[in-house]
Amino acid sequence: MKTYSIHIILNGESIKIDVAAQETLLETLRDKLGATEVKNGCGKGDCGSCAVLLDGVAVNSCLTLTLQADGKEITTIKGIGNDENPHPLQKSFIEKGAIQCGFCTAGMIVSAKALLDTNLRPSREQIRDAISGNLCRCTGYKKIIDAIQDVAFESKP
Amino acid sequence: MSDTKKIETPHKKSFKSVGKPQPRHDARDKAFGYTKYADDLSILGMLYAKVLRSEYAAANILSIDTKKAEKLPGVRAVLTAKDVPNNETITRFGQTHSVGGFEGLYRVLADKKVRFKGEAIALVAAETIAIAEKAVKLIRANYDPLPGVFDPIEAMKPGAYQVGEGKSNVICNYKVRKGDVKKGFSLSDVIVENTYRVPFVDHAYIEPESGVAWTGEDGIINIQASTQVIEHFREIADVLGFPHNKVRVIGTMIGGGFGGKEDITVETYLALLAWKTKKPVKLTFTREESVLSHSKRHPYIMKYRTGATKDGKIMALEAELISDAGGYVYLSPWVLLYSTVGATGPYDIPHVKVDSCTVLTNNTFSSAFRGFGVPQVCFAYESQMDELARLLNLSPLEIRTRNYLRKGKALATGRVLDHYVALPETAEKALEALGKKRRPRSPAEKIGHGIASAMTSYGRMVFLHDTSRSYVGIEMDGSVTVRCGVQDLGGGQASSLAQIAAEELGVPMDDVRVYIADTALTPLAGTTTATRQLYMSGNATLMAAKEVKKRLLEKAAQMLDVVIDDLDLKDRKVLLRRKPGKTISLKNLVRACASDGIPLYKVAQFNAPFRELIDFKKGQGQVFPDFTFGTHAVEVAVDAETGKVQLLRLIACLDVGKAINPLSVEGQLEGGAIQGMGYALMEDVILKNGVTLTPSFSEYLIPTSLDVVDVECIMLESRDGVGPYGAKGVGEPSMVSIAPAIVNAVCDALGVRIFELPVTPEKIVKALKKA
Repeated sequence: MKTYSIHIILNGESIKIDVAAQETLLETLRDKLGATEVKNGCGKGDCGSCAVLLDGVAVNSCLTLTLQADGKEITTIKGIGNDENPHPLQKSFIEKGAIQCGFCTAGMIVSAKALLDTNLRPSREQIRDAISGNLCRCTGYKKIIDAIQDVAFESKP
Repeated sequence: MSDTKKIETPHKKSFKSVGKPQPRHDARDKAFGYTKYADDLSILGMLYAKVLRSEYAAANILSIDTKKAEKLPGVRAVLTAKDVPNNETITRFGQTHSVGGFEGLYRVLADKKVRFKGEAIALVAAETIAIAEKAVKLIRANYDPLPGVFDPIEAMKPGAYQVGEGKSNVICNYKVRKGDVKKGFSLSDVIVENTYRVPFVDHAYIEPESGVAWTGEDGIINIQASTQVIEHFREIADVLGFPHNKVRVIGTMIGGGFGGKEDITVETYLALLAWKTKKPVKLTFTREESVLSHSKRHPYIMKYRTGATKDGKIMALEAELISDAGGYVYLSPWVLLYSTVGATGPYDIPHVKVDSCTVLTNNTFSSAFRGFGVPQVCFAYESQMDELARLLNLSPLEIRTRNYLRKGKALATGRVLDHYVALPETAEKALEALGKKRRPRSPAEKIGHGIASAMTSYGRMVFLHDTSRSYVGIEMDGSVTVRCGVQDLGGGQASSLAQIAAEELGVPMDDVRVYIADTALTPLAGTTTATRQLYMSGNATLMAAKEVKKRLLEKAAQMLDVVIDDLDLKDRKVLLRRKPGKTISLKNLVRACASDGIPLYKVAQFNAPFRELIDFKKGQGQVFPDFTFGTHAVEVAVDAETGKVQLLRLIACLDVGKAINPLSVEGQLEGGAIQGMGYALMEDVILKNGVTLTPSFSEYLIPTSLDVVDVECIMLESRDGVGPYGAKGVGEPSMVSIAPAIVNAVCDALGVRIFELPVTPEKIVKALKKA
């Protein structure tokens, strides 16, 4: 199978990798790079669990060809923050009880981060809209929206 | 927006950790992406498995040719029914007490006759997923297609196509008889009679079924999988012909289950392939495969006849319930029993007649789903209540208040309610919170209010003789270890145990580590189903922690020369209740105990009340340990031209007994309510001649953030449940009465009733045209 050599930056780390033309970013991240924090819930762009930031824009990695990420910066939940240096969204999700089974959490926080990066003080409706591509079957969304809104209110206008 | 209210009860106890909203210990790892779910696991040299599934819903398998698949380079095993040591087994869903009667046939891989489309026929293990997929396509299965039967009413008729090998498609019948319904109806001034229908529903957990397996030392088969029941290890061992102690199941954090991961999914396939190949194997279902192959919520057809006097006292209820079990029995008899016992709802009715049956068809099989047969009947009986209220010119609250069961009253099965029954409070508080109707925003917009109440059991049926075990130990530095075979679905099942141990041993919750879900290493705690883990394992953990506490305090009393009653454990110290200054650190106390050889651990077993099987001919006896009572109230806006329903308010008011972690309880009440909303308005697994037309989230729609409202929770605390500190279970009760509350609100808005879920715009427009 013909492969193409590309260069990506994953959570700040520069990586050179050979990929096939039809390979999805989700496959590359999970199967080749061990980034299992990116979840596969449906494989066809319905659920949002595989969302990552591609040059700051939230995309479903299952619908993105890895070739499209050539030269770009990819940020997963692990690149947003970690236990030593948590992002306010991660702290807020933990404290507000916005996490139950947690399978949607990584994608949900990625979508929330993309929103807050472009809109510091979103309304509740704008938050609903921003995460509408991320399915959650456990929480009923209220605590997730609360957690995102809380970070928005905390941030300085 | 949430609100906790105490009901006046004699129970008075102050708490240190329990009752305080606490971030759960598992939330941190999940927020940072550290948690390993089943599909995130990998083992060096691991093979990948794929399943060949039946193309037909009903057919005889004439032959299966696996030669081409076997020859494909990279393929390590191709298995069919003939390779499975004990291919035919019976569904026992992790129970240890045999009750007989309803154990249904189950085949690991289809052999001879196929019963539903998507049934597993062959397994492949190969070096890559791509090779495994290719190999599955190279297997040639020859079928002789059969007509099949897809409607439970048709399946019940004499001469109907037989789904299985038996003489009848009817799996079982139940009856409940109380008083004399004829007399009851003759004493009634009004009678309402309606037929209700509910569809197949998918659990739609976001994590598809997944697991890995490997053969370990001494030939032990290890399976690590996303499951609600690690205790399936016994059935898996039986299939392999292994002794039970040579199959080990380890649970992972589960990405949602809701009953769909209660029956075995990937585990037996993995065990077979790991055993045959002697290599580690991984199997993860695709979303489409998940929808085709795992259980569904049962569709029901429910004929109800309810009679009441002009003062609104219900005199008689007659119900006929038929459920579609799909291709295999699984848990259908038990789900039906829940529906049958629950058919009268939380009402005191003198004359009752319930007849029910569950029937095999060639549809996807039905089994456990949050609420276990109760949401179906609740939709029917709560719709009936509003119809009676309308005829009698009573408010929905009045008719319910006049008929609610109270403590000391008996269900139609003769079971006397011996704990506090908070039904009137839940209804009043929910309605009070709902307040006045808002004004319509356009001429086509109609506003409606609706309520519905329910009683939902928590804990398994008492004739299953349910037990749970938990280990609580204290380490040399004063940190606490809990070991419990609980599976964590994401509802805080493990975390609540940490909170209970922290409460008793006087340490912060962060000092407690909970090790869960390993059949070889953690004391067996039973299934994470039936809203039973807080009740069962919570009590077991409480018993164990109390014993460790007692031993610590005995030693402390000796050291301080006081009596035990003067002592308390708090803030990692032993304190004298009346003399604040004098303390011993927990660490020093532990060291003193260790020097004396005092065992600082305890494995406790909690037994639920054990009862005998109920009399199925009359439906008399006790089925459940206890119930959670609650009411949902909603406000909707309905567009009378387009039929679009918008939910404006959704209030959940339940007596939770005692909220161990209010943050987790709210999480259940909110999430359950929105699942109920999906059931009411959107969700419908459409099957045509056994073919699923909604195999992914593109066709099977569940609520998104744009569809929902912010659920408002009112938690009442009677402290009169049978769980730890008087807690009740909330996992399932949180979703049961939503759908009828929404449908009642739609009816209030439009003046027409919809008798079939989901209540789609099409159904509303049709009903309005007919009216």
